Amino acid sequence: MQSKDESGRGWNLANGDRSRRTEIRSALVVWCLAFLFWAPRLAAQTKNSCLDCHSSLEGAMRVTAESLQGDIHAQKGITCTGCHGGDASSDDKSKSMSAAAEYRGRLDRKQIPELCAKCHSDAAYMRGSNPSLRTDQLSEYHASVHGQMLAKGDEKVAVCTDCHGVHDILPPDDPRSSVYPINVAATCGKCHANAEYMKAYNIPTDQLSLYNASVHHTELVEKGDLSAPTCSTCHGSHGAAPPGVKSVANVCSTCHMIQGQMYAAGPHKKAFETMGLGGCVTCHTNHKIEHPTDALIGTGAGAVCLNCHIEGDTGYGPANQMHQELTDLDAAIRRSNDILTRAEEAGVEVGEAQLELNEARDDMTKARVEIHTVTLSQIDPDIQAGMQVTQETWKAGQAALAEGSYRRKGLLFSVAAVLLVLIGLWLKIRDLEADDDSANTKEEKQ
Amino acid sequence: MPDIGKNEGREERRRFVEAFLGMGVVASIASFLYPVLRYIIPPKQVELDASLVLAARAGDLKPNSGKIFRFGSRPAILILTSDGKYHALSAVCTHLGCTVQYLPDQHEVWCPCHNGKYTVDGANISGPPPRPLQEFDVILKGNEIYAQRPQNS
Amino acid sequence: MNALANIQNWLDERFGWDELMAFVRHKTVPTHRFSYFYFLGGMTLFLFGIQVATGILLLLYYRPTPDGAFESVQYIMTNVPFGWLIRSIHSWGANVMILTAIAHMFSVFFLKSYRKPRELTWLSGMILLFLVLGFGFSGYLLPWNMLSLFATKVGTDMAAQVPWIGHWILVFLRGGDDVTGATLTRFFGMHVAVLPGLATLFIGLHLVLVQRFGMSVPPGVEADWKAHPEKARELRFFPNFLLRELMAWYIALAVLGCLAAFKPWELGTKADLFASAPAGIRPEWYFMFMFQTLRFLPAKIGPFAGDLLGVLGFGAAAAVWTLLPFFDNDKRGRGKRWIAGVGVFALAYFVGMTVYAYLAG
Repeated sequence: MQSKDESGRGWNLANGDRSRRTEIRSALVVWCLAFLFWAPRLAAQTKNSCLDCHSSLEGAMRVTAESLQGDIHAQKGITCTGCHGGDASSDDKSKSMSAAAEYRGRLDRKQIPELCAKCHSDAAYMRGSNPSLRTDQLSEYHASVHGQMLAKGDEKVAVCTDCHGVHDILPPDDPRSSVYPINVAATCGKCHANAEYMKAYNIPTDQLSLYNASVHHTELVEKGDLSAPTCSTCHGSHGAAPPGVKSVANVCSTCHMIQGQMYAAGPHKKAFETMGLGGCVTCHTNHKIEHPTDALIGTGAGAVCLNCHIEGDTGYGPANQMHQELTDLDAAIRRSNDILTRAEEAGVEVGEAQLELNEARDDMTKARVEIHTVTLSQIDPDIQAGMQVTQETWKAGQAALAEGSYRRKGLLFSVAAVLLVLIGLWLKIRDLEADDDSANTKEEKQ
Repeated sequence: MPDIGKNEGREERRRFVEAFLGMGVVASIASFLYPVLRYIIPPKQVELDASLVLAARAGDLKPNSGKIFRFGSRPAILILTSDGKYHALSAVCTHLGCTVQYLPDQHEVWCPCHNGKYTVDGANISGPPPRPLQEFDVILKGNEIYAQRPQNS
Repeated sequence: MNALANIQNWLDERFGWDELMAFVRHKTVPTHRFSYFYFLGGMTLFLFGIQVATGILLLLYYRPTPDGAFESVQYIMTNVPFGWLIRSIHSWGANVMILTAIAHMFSVFFLKSYRKPRELTWLSGMILLFLVLGFGFSGYLLPWNMLSLFATKVGTDMAAQVPWIGHWILVFLRGGDDVTGATLTRFFGMHVAVLPGLATLFIGLHLVLVQRFGMSVPPGVEADWKAHPEKARELRFFPNFLLRELMAWYIALAVLGCLAAFKPWELGTKADLFASAPAGIRPEWYFMFMFQTLRFLPAKIGPFAGDLLGVLGFGAAAAVWTLLPFFDNDKRGRGKRWIAGVGVFALAYFVGMTVYAYLAG
């Protein structure tokens, strides 16, 4: 029996048509291999009907495969349906965006924290994805000002997506992420620096511009020192709230530990607490924290002491004295530095003395730290030690200048001797050749 | 007669010039030789060695304490831990260059500027410091304790 | 005075002292408007002597290791009495000597003193010039500061440009693939033993040749004297010319002293093999014209690397310059005129490129 396909070729395998059999066998092998090769790729490119439609929409509804490329969730295999629900395998809107497919559609802002927490607060689930990530963000959020106001119904406050992004979420250690340390202030500033947006809340909106003028901003953004603080370092990230007057000193002390200890050991701590003033920020401000100068202390222009103290009270005199001692040491260091530089320019090596002067600078730094006790007897030892060093380096500088002038005197003597010789030689030559015709022998004579 | 006088005059002049020249030459050679002779005599401080430094003597340090000493042009710290071992590290904090110190209670090396912490082997374990402190080899000779730059540079 | 005569006698019986003295007494130096240039050779020799003396003194304290070099120079500058003087004279003296050597070469070139029979004098002189540049290059590394380290890196990199054997030359110079302590050891050996030995040999040869042939008179003056013999003037070498030369040498000493006292040579920062190059590294001034030329050349000229062509070009120029007497063998003895033009171009190029390199920063 012969069966034919449409092309007219026979398929009579039973008749032992060898070449035909080999042909078919090879075709089968090829098809199997092709399937094995393509299958994984096909599996990876699972149908995503959401993207198929939404990549051709415009405006807020537009989401493309490219925009999802860096997104951390997409990389881990969590796509549209993970948050929005629905059925991504069907192109039929009535099926893919149906209630049966648990389609949630555009998410209500109030629901976002809980939605994210469905995974991110599930420690067992997160362990299978990124075991080192914390899972307490939601509970922190509930303790934050944002969380509390959201619970009360205010939808203007920040939810997860406002800071982390929506379809382009990057891990916080990625420099392009909106929550990478260098970018955090700008992210907070999106709302907090927008006066229009924040009108109803009666809080200042100048924090971002103040912070951007601070030394912490310079260290973090310009010098790239990631250990420098940004908004979240002091306010918390998920549990964001201002530290509060009682605890602001603790916050600053996590890095500025000694200054915190000094402050606690001095009279200001109790006094500020009684007056309801915050530690640290009362003198240094909170956002525009600049590198302090010696002018901050004392009773002159720019001194913060005058904010509370008046002439004749217990703090006025010591403030003055402390300022005086600091500026005295500073001036002494400058003087020593000047003389050593002059000696160096005169050509005398002063490397050792310049190194020693660094010890005085260290003493100056110590004094400026101990100033937080606002107690004269505390800074005295360091000031004295520093003054001692400046005196020694000053002497070294003078000795170096003396060496320089000794060298010049020696040179003068040598040059004078050389001049004598030059004159002597010249006289000798003249004497020799005065009427000595034989000095200029003419060639003919020979 | 005039000729003899002229010759005598010339003779005198020549002697004067030669004396003058001689003095000048002697003075100039003295001014050259003096520095050379002083240079040849070795100074009291015989060495300026930057790779091996005497850090302390036995007994200078109590157990579980540290001491700052100068290594070349930078500060360094010598620590004697409770188990009797000496550790020598650069004392220049790798964050912003402040001088570190040893905290006996925590058995740690600590930087007072921004609260950075290191182990006694120099590893940066907490706070801003981005890199460990450079370690020095400790060499004990009799009752002298030396710090030496490691030989792999 | 009897004692002096006795000594003279003793020397004469053994070494022909009287004959030597007679020769010295008869040596004369032609006097004409270019005579001052005759001082340059002797000045270079004198400065070489200063370098040897100060160099030996520095050897009393210098240590040629990466751990000790910088520190020992610092020790010399700060702890040794007058160490600053000896070291600064050595560093300044090197530069002044190279300047006088180059000036001596150009004056010999323009005054055409290399003509027959003085070809070998020119050849030995050119070899001495290369040795002197070698002294400068090897000595520059010895203080082991950042500038020295990187100038040596750049300089030896250029050596690698030579085709076929370039890499071998680089490894030979550096004592390895990179500039390390091994390079320092090698350069030190070159600077205090190999080069001084070779220099002594060639200086000896050069001086013997100069004595053999006497001082050359420039072609223009020569022709003038031939036409008007009464114009020819001479000076006795001993004592007249020598006294004048002594004046020049004393002036040189005073200049070196002033330079050392007012502008002592700096220490710099210790070389760090792991640090990246500081901004503004450049070789010493006498190599700047080559450095600047290479900076001008584009990265590629046709199928060849720009640097390669530059290095080869300078090599060829040096070879041609060294063989100059064999090009300028004008039978009439006056020398070809256009050679002077080439010399003016070379001098202008050298000065111009050096000045430009410093101005451009």
